[in-house]
This record gives sequence, structure tokens and C-alpha cells, in this order.
Amino acid sequence: MTQIRVENLTAYYEKNAVFENLNFTVEQGDYLVILGENGSGKTTLMRYLLGLGIRFTGKISYNGFSRRQIGWLPQRTETQKDFPADVSEVVLSGFSGKGTLGIRYRKESRKQAAAYLKALGLSDLKNRSFRELSGGQQQRVLLCRALCAADRVLLLDEPVAGLDAPSQNELYETIRQLHRQGMTILMISHEIDRALQDATRVLHLGKEDFFFGSSEEYRESDFQSRTKEEGS
Amino acid sequence: MTAIRELFSYSFVIYALLGGVGIALCASLLGVHLVLKRFSMLGDGLSHVAFGSAAIALAAGVAPLKISIPVVILAAFLLLHVSRNGKIRGDAAIALVSSSALAIGVIVATLTTGMNTDISSYMFGSILAMSRSDTVIAVSVAVGILLLYVLFYQKLFATTFDEDFAAAVGVRVEGYRSLLAVLTAVTVVVGMRMMGALLISSIITFPALSAMRVCKRYRTVVITAGILSVVAFLIGMAFSLFLDMPAGASIVVVNLGLFLALSAVEFLKKRPNLS
Ligand SMILES: Nc1ncnc2c1ncn2[C@@H]1O[C@H](COP(=O)(O)OP(=O)(O)OP(=O)(O)O)[C@@H](O)[C@H]1O
Ligand SMILES: [Mg+2]
Repeated sequence: MTQIRVENLTAYYEKNAVFENLNFTVEQGDYLVILGENGSGKTTLMRYLLGLGIRFTGKISYNGFSRRQIGWLPQRTETQKDFPADVSEVVLSGFSGKGTLGIRYRKESRKQAAAYLKALGLSDLKNRSFRELSGGQQQRVLLCRALCAADRVLLLDEPVAGLDAPSQNELYETIRQLHRQGMTILMISHEIDRALQDATRVLHLGKEDFFFGSSEEYRESDFQSRTKEEGS
Repeated sequence: MTAIRELFSYSFVIYALLGGVGIALCASLLGVHLVLKRFSMLGDGLSHVAFGSAAIALAAGVAPLKISIPVVILAAFLLLHVSRNGKIRGDAAIALVSSSALAIGVIVATLTTGMNTDISSYMFGSILAMSRSDTVIAVSVAVGILLLYVLFYQKLFATTFDEDFAAAVGVRVEGYRSLLAVLTAVTVVVGMRMMGALLISSIITFPALSAMRVCKRYRTVVITAGILSVVAFLIGMAFSLFLDMPAGASIVVVNLGLFLALSAVEFLKKRPNLS
């Protein structure tokens, strides 16, 4: 079943187009990896899928769910570095869109958050201060928050950036397990080889055009080497 | 004891305490959000606009609140908008607006009524001159803000922690941003009567900063900031009533004392144990 269909999408900042006439679809259970060099518009594409884009032409349609049910792990920012919040406060804020009035979250929400914390191996950290965690632990907490918001689709923006090799492997393993359990994954990555191991499909944003197809097709195509040459 | 009982028999003391506790509470709650958003200068900018508009209102013989509240709300929206989308940085925009408003206020005041006690009471505050209606406004604003804070707590946390994520999961971020701007504007205008335009912004930022020295959770930061703010207000008022010190300035100094004390606590906690 097609979950997301993007047709002739052109994104703008001010008057400059970031990418033009993008077409692709996301099927249920896909593991789509989004490649492209810095500034090619990967983050921008995710923002549009989340409804945060301001100006665009083209069409994005969601089938069988609303875009509010997408879970998002944003690219890391500095702003939360000294924010006083503990892990469970951060994780529960994944429910804020469907939240209730008042201070306490719904009972089902709290139960579900506890289950996700456990699944990601975070139960022991749930009362710790978010800003005092390591980078890898923080990414895990933000992934957990994304899961709380996600019903079927997860968007991950460079989830392993800045992590050491063991933490990277752990996070990739977690993502692979989520995918096995039926979650549709869209992941931005700069590590082509590693990402291709797990991915079922590839979207590569190039300078002039883009590639969209299965990982096998991508490996066989010359798109990768072609953009590299263009870049040099 | 009898001195205290005697004090409470004056209605102006009751008004000052009721209104002051209300404003102190609101200011600290809004302060948590503004400080975490790195936008704490907003209170400072708005207070100068409040003063400028109050000076103009006095010159025109209109009740200052009637002019100040809409003008300051407008300024709050303007500054929020500029800081997000404009080519001028937020803090620079606030500095421009704030000094211009102060300058205009001083010129208008000097040319018309002169720098009289009314004007100086808006600059430095005159909490004991709060009237019954001032108090009613302050208390209702406080109750309103408290209620909104509790009702929309989850959304406010999400917007403060990560605005983009909150918007993506369907929180109406723009709405909350405007709500907070309006609430800050109203708090500043009403609080100016009590603290003075030059000092009001400190009761917005100090309690939040102090609470953040020692608290690690958002919820405890909010609660602690509220408590610190009310305590600082009450101690400051006591200085003012018993030692004849200026109320607004005393409250700020008590806030400063609490901040320094909690910073010391933080320092001692963080220091490695070298035993
Ligand atoms: N808020 C913004 N205002 C104006 N231009 C922007 C804005 N955000 C991004 N851009 C521009 O849009 C283009 C695409 O940016 P985007 O962040 O989507 O790239 P990216 O592929 O995610 O890059 P990276 O690999 O560095 O994360 C860049 O040229 C960038 O300069
Ligand atoms: Mg990016």
C-alpha cells in the first residue's frame, strides 16, 4: 500500500528553488534512505513531508493516516543543550499533539511511553536530566519521543551523526528492529554504504536531477559516481 | 506583632500584597519560557514601550492602562515577528525599540506635565499607590495566566523545548507564541505600576534563572521559579514597609540575593569531592 506520494514537488526558500519536480512514493514497510550532499535539500524535504514547509508547488498525499502521525527525529541542534528537562518529560512531549488539557498525560500515553523507553533500553535513564546525557543517549531519547508521535512512519534526519562507532551500530540495530516490526522508515544519511545495507529503497537528491529506486537498482546505476564527478 | 496587625488594617497594604503576589507569579512563569527561548530581553523592551505609552497617556489625560495595553501588545507581536523573520536580529530590534520608546516618553513627559511624581512612579514603581481597580486587574491577569499555564502545560512544554517538533505533531505553535506575547505584554504593563518600568523585566528573568541553577526538570523549574518569585516579592515588601526602602528596587535586590545563593549551591554541588 502506498503511504506517501510526492508529485512534482518543488520547494523554495525565498525565491530560490531547493529542488525541483521531485517524484517518489513510499510504500508501507519501506526503509527508504535519502542521500545527497550538504545543502541538497534532504532536511527541507522532510520538513515538507511534516507540513512545516512554507512555499511549494506540487502535491504531497498521505494514504491511510494523517501527517500528524509521523514521528520525526530532527537533525541535531544546539538549542536544547542546557534545557532543564528530564528524560520522561522529553519523551512524553511526543504525545503533545494529541495531548490533553492539564499537566498529566493520559494513562495510555504514559504506559506506551514506558514501553518504548524499555524497548530502547532507556528505562534506567527516565529520571535523568536530558542535558546530562551523552550524545548517543540523547539521540535515543529523541528517537523514543519520535516513536510516541509515530503510528506508522518514522522520519530520521541523520540519526547517527556525531556518535561513536558502537553507539552508531546500536542505533542502526534499533532502527532495523523497528522496521522489522512494521514501521515505515525514511532516513537521511551520509554514510552510503552503511545505509544501503538495511535500506530497501534509495532517494538520492543530486544537483540537477534525482534518483529514486530500489537499493539494487541504485547500486547498479551510475548515479553515485556521476554526482561525485559533478561535485569535483 | 501589633505593627503587622496595624499594617494589614490599611487597605493599600492588602492591595499591594494581593496584586504583587499575582504579578510576581505571572512574571516568573512567563520568564521560564522567555529565558529558555533566549528571548528574555523581550520583557525589558516591552517595559520601555509601556513607559513611553504611559507618558503619552498621562500627557493626553487618558488612563494609562487603556493606551499602554494595546500598544505594548502590538510591540510584542512586532518584536516576535521581526526576531523570527526580519533581517535585524531580535536583540538588536529590541534595543532599538526599547530606547526609542523611552526617549519618546521622556520628551513627551518633559514638554507636557514635567517629570512629576506620576511619571517617576511609572519609572520606579509605586506599589503602595495601587488602587482597588489596579489590584483587581493584577489579580485577574494572574489567575488567567495560571489557569492557561496549567491547562496548556503539555503544549507549552513542547513548544518551549522544540518548536519545530511540536508543530510537526500538530501543536498550534503560532497560537501559543501569540498567547505568550499577549500575556507578557499584559504582565509588563500591569507590573510596571508596582515595580517600575526600569525594574519589571528583572522579576521576569531572575526567578527562572535562579531556579535553573538547582533544578533539572522542567516541572520543578516552573514550580521553583514561582515560589522564589513570590518569596522575593514578600521579603522585598517587608524591607519596603519596615525599613522604608523603595519596594521595586528591594524586590530586585532580594531576587539578586537568591540568585547568588543558588549559584553558590550549584557551584558547591558540582565541585568534585576531593576528600
Ligand atoms: N531557513 C532557511 N532559509 C533559507 N534557506 C534555507 C533555509 N534552510 C535551508 N536553506 C537552504 O536550502 C538548501 C537545502 O538545505 P537543507 O537543510 O535541506 O540541506 P540538507 O540536504 O539537509 O543538508 P545537510 O546535509 O547539510 O543537512 C540549502 O542551500 C540551504 O542554504
Ligand atoms: Mg539536513
